[in-house]
Amino acid sequence: MTDIFYTKDHEWIKVNGEEGVVGITSYASEQLGDIVFVELPEKGVSFDQGKDVAVIESVKAASEIYSPASGEIFETNSSLEEKPEIINEDPLERGWLYKIIIKDKDELKNLMSEVEYKKLIGV
Amino acid sequence: MRYLPLTNDDREDMKKAIGISDINEMFTNVPKEVLLDPKFNLPSHKTEMEVGKILSEIANKNLNSNQVPFFLGAGAYKHHIPATVDHIIQRSEFLTSYTPYQPEISQGTLQYLFEFQTQVSLITGMDVSNASMYDGSTSTAEAVSMAKRITKRNKVILSPTLHPQYAEVIKTLISSNEDEVDYKFSEEFEIDKLISKIDDSVSCVVVQNPDFFGSCHSLEQLAEYTHSKGALLIVVVNEIISLGIMKSPGEMGADIVACEGQSLGNPLNFGGPYIGLMSTKDKYVRQLPGRIVGETIDMNGEKGFVLTLATREQHIRREKATSNICTNSGLCSLAFTIHLSLLGEMGFKKLSKLNHEAAIKLYNKIKTLEGFEVKNNSFFNEFTVKLPINASVFVEKMAEKGILAGVPVSRLTNQDGDFSNLLLVASSEINSDFDRDDFIKLAKEVCYE
Amino acid sequence: MNKNKGLDHDEKLLFEVGDINKTGVDLADLDNLKHMIGSSFSDNEIGLAGLSEPETIRHYVRLSRKNYSIDAGLYPLGSCTMKHNPRLNEKMARLEGFSDIHPLQPISTCQGALELIDLISLWLKELTGMAAVTMTPKAGAQGELCGMMAIKQALLDRNELNRKVVLVPDSAHGTNPATAAFLGFEVKTIKSDEKGLIDFSDFKNNIDANFAGVMITNPNTCGLFETDIVKISELTHKSGGYLYCDGANFNAVVGKLKPGDLGIDAMHINLHKTFSTPHGGGGPGSGPVVFSDRLEKFCPTPLVKNIKGDFVLIEDSNEKDLSKSFGRLNVFHGQMGMFVRAMSYMLSHGCDGLKQVSEDAVLNANYLRASLSSHLTPAFDGFCMHEVLFSDDFLKDTGVETLDFAKAMIDEGYHPMTIYFPLVIHGALLVEPTETESKQSLDHFIKTLCDLVERLKKDSDSFKAAPVFTPVRRLDETQAARKPVLRWKEEPLIAV
Repeated sequence: MTDIFYTKDHEWIKVNGEEGVVGITSYASEQLGDIVFVELPEKGVSFDQGKDVAVIESVKAASEIYSPASGEIFETNSSLEEKPEIINEDPLERGWLYKIIIKDKDELKNLMSEVEYKKLIGV
Repeated sequence: MRYLPLTNDDREDMKKAIGISDINEMFTNVPKEVLLDPKFNLPSHKTEMEVGKILSEIANKNLNSNQVPFFLGAGAYKHHIPATVDHIIQRSEFLTSYTPYQPEISQGTLQYLFEFQTQVSLITGMDVSNASMYDGSTSTAEAVSMAKRITKRNKVILSPTLHPQYAEVIKTLISSNEDEVDYKFSEEFEIDKLISKIDDSVSCVVVQNPDFFGSCHSLEQLAEYTHSKGALLIVVVNEIISLGIMKSPGEMGADIVACEGQSLGNPLNFGGPYIGLMSTKDKYVRQLPGRIVGETIDMNGEKGFVLTLATREQHIRREKATSNICTNSGLCSLAFTIHLSLLGEMGFKKLSKLNHEAAIKLYNKIKTLEGFEVKNNSFFNEFTVKLPINASVFVEKMAEKGILAGVPVSRLTNQDGDFSNLLLVASSEINSDFDRDDFIKLAKEVCYE
Repeated sequence: MNKNKGLDHDEKLLFEVGDINKTGVDLADLDNLKHMIGSSFSDNEIGLAGLSEPETIRHYVRLSRKNYSIDAGLYPLGSCTMKHNPRLNEKMARLEGFSDIHPLQPISTCQGALELIDLISLWLKELTGMAAVTMTPKAGAQGELCGMMAIKQALLDRNELNRKVVLVPDSAHGTNPATAAFLGFEVKTIKSDEKGLIDFSDFKNNIDANFAGVMITNPNTCGLFETDIVKISELTHKSGGYLYCDGANFNAVVGKLKPGDLGIDAMHINLHKTFSTPHGGGGPGSGPVVFSDRLEKFCPTPLVKNIKGDFVLIEDSNEKDLSKSFGRLNVFHGQMGMFVRAMSYMLSHGCDGLKQVSEDAVLNANYLRASLSSHLTPAFDGFCMHEVLFSDDFLKDTGVETLDFAKAMIDEGYHPMTIYFPLVIHGALLVEPTETESKQSLDHFIKTLCDLVERLKKDSDSFKAAPVFTPVRRLDETQAARKPVLRWKEEPLIAV
């Protein structure tokens, strides 16, 4: 069973057991515009919740991506290196950024549900 | 006033259109006390003639490098600038245009910068270059900053023969912690000593080549060792003409190259404006600060140029910017690229050889001078001479006799050490045999009469 | 296919028209002496293209004709102060006594150079009413860095490095928070109110024991004079902090008031804005910084001093005058070439001329505001200073964005105004005419913009397609950033 949570900085995390997949929302992708480059973290590195873990660059802005949950990175989306535009095309599925082993599932309580996130962006 | 087009009638019409009768009505937000006719202790306006007279008088109080035999270097060099260069940079469309943020009406600037970037990449032996920075010293400091970001390490090792003012600039801009920058100015450049300082806390090693004292070095071994420890090698070039007959920094293993480009297209100008060059490998391009021009296509598929990779700059990333710099040297980079286009491959190499030969000829003559010792085993167009007397005194006395003989090393450093008799002497294609003979004759007079 | 059109000539890249065997410089003969370079000697091919002199001139003249310039037309760029670049300045800068002197000549041989630096320093101190000035920063952004470094040094000197918070208004130019962050300060944003000015109570509420200082722009980026500035400076000083002023908009008040009377501690001045040195397609600039006596001793090296008519250069960090200096920003002494140009400008105008400059600059901007407010939407009520800010309200429901409107201006023969800055106004359009535009020029500009606005309702598609009369159409900036091609490369020969 996969649960999806959102942050106020427009990241999402899909949780399946101990694993989490992280990406940015359609709203964020639209705000950024055409994405030109993604700086992903190294595999094996751990980040705390809220720490800046990646950078997404578009023509007009460069956005920090903050970790929705603490954990260790075990996989990154290498196809974004050649085609960063995948994030614009499909931010919720093929445009995933990285996967982590979640350290503390309690932290997920700090995040928003889909309903709450939609309220935040006013839909 | 000749630069102000509005007539008094214009001003009246405009005030009516705005709905005011007094200019100060537009300054209502300004505190009254501050606006109350502040007294400026300054003269009133002057005609072109008057201004010309005042400034010419001041200019004439300087001994300029065209008037006497000239042998100064130490980071700024005198070369002949072809008449074409100064003529083109004064064209309206180059002189009075703005930064190319609207690319459709700035293809002239963008294309020459693209050509400039190519030239800089080629002569430094690197993959990519930016569109220039303020000068060699800030380029070097930015290179250090870049290396720290890439390696995520803090320690910086500066070669002891790096230009002392460059080291000062790096220390000022880079670290709040003195220990992070390792620099002790010294005449001795020993690769082994430098290598012994490199460990895995080091982000970069900065080496000037030819160095401050004029000596030329092979850096392959240093590069290899630096890389083996996960650090980056930054090579600094102050006299860009040297790249005509030396192995390029890229060829020797540099990761980032920072240069002073003043020698091409730009006069001495008492120290500014100059032009900093910066080039690096493809893999580091997104960490390269400053403006960068890239090629692209327009809506019709036609080739064009734009400023690109701008998201690293402060006006977009604000707090997270990679650098504080948001300008390049504009017209100075145009002068550089025009001069290098005029020279071309053949001209650049020949000019380089001429400079080297000028130095060799002077070296051969100085060798015959009793009490004078050239300290270098190798040099391009600048070398260090140990004099029988204090170098600052020597230079003053030579100036009185009508020759600008060199730069005393002690002028640039207050570090302990026996530098007081050392003189940096630079040669270039502008020196004639007469100049060199003059140097020898007057040097003898100053020291021995 | 011939891409030339009448007087507009297409021009390929230098590396496509040049040749490795061509040169446009005659050099003396070599003596073929044995080299003394050592093991780093190399005579390998570099790959540079060369051109003869006539080809060089043709190449660059053709390129130049693809550029807009002040000499050709109005640049209404807000906060850039694109005023006329006087040609006398260029002549003066080329006097051999200024252009052909080396920075490290014996001081006795360059007294004139030091005198010039001293003279421009005097003018800048007098115009701003400040105690000290450093001429060394090479651009506005570096001037900002200099001012903030002096403040950081002052805090260090007082042993108060706990003071880490710098307040910056939300309308500030990106360099302000970037500079503060670069120096390790924590940046906190203060809000602008509905009048476009700093919200004084928000400013007050953000001051605590960790307050280091505040960076303001005055007049601000909305083109308005910060009425509360004296209040702000008093509270800043009372709270133990420093007030840095971004002097980009000095043209609105030069010769009319002294920023020093407002209580600022440091201000950078853009010689390439207020003092007419040419923009040169992006540089070189010069950003001297004036200081109050609270910051004077932290000035960077070197200093020029007039000791009874003899000028000295103080560059040794052991000297008393530099004992508290924060260090050195650049090699040598600053942008001398730009000092001469600015000095020529200042002498030409005198204090009476400079006062006329700011008054005409503000008059021109308000004339534009009054004449355009029927068609564009001014962001704020009341008079503006030397620049006027519009929001994109007038574009509502037209399908045309600020960017498209700007591109359409290009086809009308104008460089667009500053767009999307300041960030506090949606789709901002910031217009600064400067004092060197005639009323005729402004009237033509007004008519053109009004006609454009009229066209919005009838033909919004043409805005999306603009510009069409330029050498290239809109360029794909996404591709440029995704797949950067930053130099020419020789095409590899492909075996057929």
